[in-house]
Amino acid sequence: MIPSTVPPKYKVEINSNRCMLCERCVRECSWGVYRRDRNKIVTYSNRCGACQRCVAMCPRDAITVNKNATCWRDHPLWTREVREDIINQSRTGCILLSGMGNAKELPTYFDNIVLDACQVTNPSIDPLREPMELRTYIGKKPKKLEFEYIEEEIDGKKIKKAKLKTNIAPNLKLETPIMIAHMSYGALSLNSHLAMAKAAKECGTFMGTGEGGLHRALYPYANHTITQIASGRFGVNEDYLMRGAAIEIKIGQGSKPGIGGHLPGEKVSAEVSMTRMIPEGSDAISPAPHHDIYSIEDLAQLVRSLKEATRWKIPVFVKIAAVHNVAAIANGIATSDADAVVIDGFKGGTGAAPKVFRDNVGIPIELAIAAVDERLREEGVRNEVSIIASGGIRNSADVFKSIALGADAVYIGTAVMVALGCRVCGRCYTGQCAWGIATQKPELVNRLDVEEGANRVANLIKAWTLEIKELLGAAGINSIESLRGNRDRLRGIGLNDVELEALGIKHAGF
Amino acid sequence: MCGIIGFISKKKRPISGDKIAIALDSLKERGNGQGSGYVGYGIYPKYKDSYALHVFLNNTPDYYEIISKVKDTLEKYGKVIKDEEIPTNGEILKKEFIPWRFFYDFHSSYRDIENDLMVNMVMEINDKIDGAFVFSSGKNLGVFKASGWPMEVAEFYKLDQYKGYMWLAHARYPTNTKGWWGGAHPFNILNWSVVHNGEITSYGTNKRYVESFGYKCRMLTDTEVVAYIFDLLIRKHKLPVEYALSAIAPKFWKEIDLMEEDERKIYESIRMTYGGAVLNGPFAIIVGTHEGMVFMNGDVEKNNTMIGITDRIKLRPLVVAEKDDLVFVSSEEAAIRRICPELDKVEMPDAGMPVIVKMEK
Repeated sequence: MIPSTVPPKYKVEINSNRCMLCERCVRECSWGVYRRDRNKIVTYSNRCGACQRCVAMCPRDAITVNKNATCWRDHPLWTREVREDIINQSRTGCILLSGMGNAKELPTYFDNIVLDACQVTNPSIDPLREPMELRTYIGKKPKKLEFEYIEEEIDGKKIKKAKLKTNIAPNLKLETPIMIAHMSYGALSLNSHLAMAKAAKECGTFMGTGEGGLHRALYPYANHTITQIASGRFGVNEDYLMRGAAIEIKIGQGSKPGIGGHLPGEKVSAEVSMTRMIPEGSDAISPAPHHDIYSIEDLAQLVRSLKEATRWKIPVFVKIAAVHNVAAIANGIATSDADAVVIDGFKGGTGAAPKVFRDNVGIPIELAIAAVDERLREEGVRNEVSIIASGGIRNSADVFKSIALGADAVYIGTAVMVALGCRVCGRCYTGQCAWGIATQKPELVNRLDVEEGANRVANLIKAWTLEIKELLGAAGINSIESLRGNRDRLRGIGLNDVELEALGIKHAGF
Repeated sequence: MCGIIGFISKKKRPISGDKIAIALDSLKERGNGQGSGYVGYGIYPKYKDSYALHVFLNNTPDYYEIISKVKDTLEKYGKVIKDEEIPTNGEILKKEFIPWRFFYDFHSSYRDIENDLMVNMVMEINDKIDGAFVFSSGKNLGVFKASGWPMEVAEFYKLDQYKGYMWLAHARYPTNTKGWWGGAHPFNILNWSVVHNGEITSYGTNKRYVESFGYKCRMLTDTEVVAYIFDLLIRKHKLPVEYALSAIAPKFWKEIDLMEEDERKIYESIRMTYGGAVLNGPFAIIVGTHEGMVFMNGDVEKNNTMIGITDRIKLRPLVVAEKDDLVFVSSEEAAIRRICPELDKVEMPDAGMPVIVKMEK
């Protein structure tokens, strides 16, 4: 026999002087790390993923979770992770699964971009005293407006008046350029979905339903949801399409470009099965391509079909993963009837992705925004279509930089989950989430209080919104459209010429 | 900080250019001597139907070659009727550039598209011909600008020898790009001329917006983009001028939300469609306009007009005054009183509210 276990990643320790044997940890840990053995709590560190549920819940602060000090021989090429993966795969013969976004130490360009502020020559604007406008419209816009002059009789006098001839297609009206990303019911619990929907409504923004249909409990918030059509078409029918404020066709996802999705049967509860319209307990597998989209014209047809199905009343977005050729693909989308292009960067999160995809496929969102925005301008269509960026947006500065690089708005996913309690332990695909977020087990789902969750998510979006207003004011701008694509207000630090050129920004000092 | 002033005679009375220079001189506190400039409308009555191009040529021994390159470009579509050096007094300023002027007519077959062709030619010359820089391209008008104090520039160009019915002027205190002749105001394209006090903080957005419509920003300063936005919105897109100005200095959403449905729809559509044209940041501008502007009531203005407008929270001053047929717009009342001590009326327009002065009919 070849021993094939690897040392645990974390080491869980209980301070027996502090522990009062309340067994809270035993109940709270859904991973089975703890067991009461007479007058002692026994730990199984190999089951721990550092989700910190136990640490957060222990009334005596008796638990510490450390990195396991058991060392591997250091090697720059054969890292611990590499060796662990080989040991695991040679044991199972399987694709490695992983959760959350890219975990490699690849550059995060946001951190190498700095912002501008006013000094003397143009005054900064105080958002506490002056209006600061973040309202954003997502959808198709005309290239120009046309007016006609109609004669009206007012008090016996004939007066001509300019009337607007151009009719603008329906747009989504956002009070803040931050939307909640598509995370499906099924991958996430109903309580998470309810909390996000309530928060979206409160903040005047929208949440994506993901590819899991819309649970009837979300119907009251449906006009703040964006429904999704992905390759599995789960939960899709006319009623679903008509309920949402917009429809998004998902071609690809930043964390796993080029492949479909997989919701393990363990997570397909009765309610999930009804919402998705699939048998209970069966795996929900979305194919890699849409089987009715094998070319850009097929996509254009689907966009049109969806518009016809919804009487041209509902905007249709198309989401693609940020890949090498993202700019050309986005241009193809922009010239269809689609109202917005969604680009998802390689650091985007996911419930379950093959590790090899998560860590190796796709390009950074910062470069993708810059490339798409520039290309659409070259083609003269940028003002007619919206760009939504997503994938690894962590704070208000990332939002601000995304918009200055050329996005209209952003989607945030992982950040919203963290607001709900997620500690980014990356085991969403197991369905064991101890925080009640990425699970369907009723006893775990019940841990997430909907009202409190909604409040947390709304707080996060409001806090970022306030910060964006302050940053705008400091930049001397009082409406968000003057930031959009305003790369003059960005500078790079520590980036080489090629990177600066790709981002379309100057280096600090110039 | 910069000083701006403009005046117009609603009766189209010709007024000598030294008047505006005297007024501008009193605003020199607002400049630092690194750029002053003037534009006079109606100054070339003899060639009033021809385009008058003012071009800076690099002051090098081979400047004649540059002239012939410019001529080659122009003569693709028409004929240069006359070209000559703009008379200057070389004792006042060092001639960093040779200012040259061309009077030019398009072939009649291009009559319908001559304005668009002229914009393209200006872009092409400024972009492709080394050592040539078109800074004025309208009919019966001319820009005169250089690095220097207001009086120096006026005397350098012998402004007292020109008579115009509208004059705009600017004393510059450069803050975002270094002072050079081309960077002085007014900025002009066709019959649009802009003088500007402030800073276009949204420049990065505006520049990329107009560039997607084929304009090229080559003057390294933010004000030229204002001229292109006026040209795009009012001449090319034919927006009613009041609405075009509200795209440039937009109404706040909280005002728009309270409007009647029809009106709300219009202002919402303007902001949705023309977000890239919003001028954000502190500004007060005076614009000499192209002819053919359409108003909300369907009137078409055949003449050139003068427009003054500030940003929507009025971070730069603007004052309007009237005396008989004369209307003045300026950064400061003092500059107006310097050339017209007795005024009938003096007003400060509200933030973002345009002042439009038309000819008497």
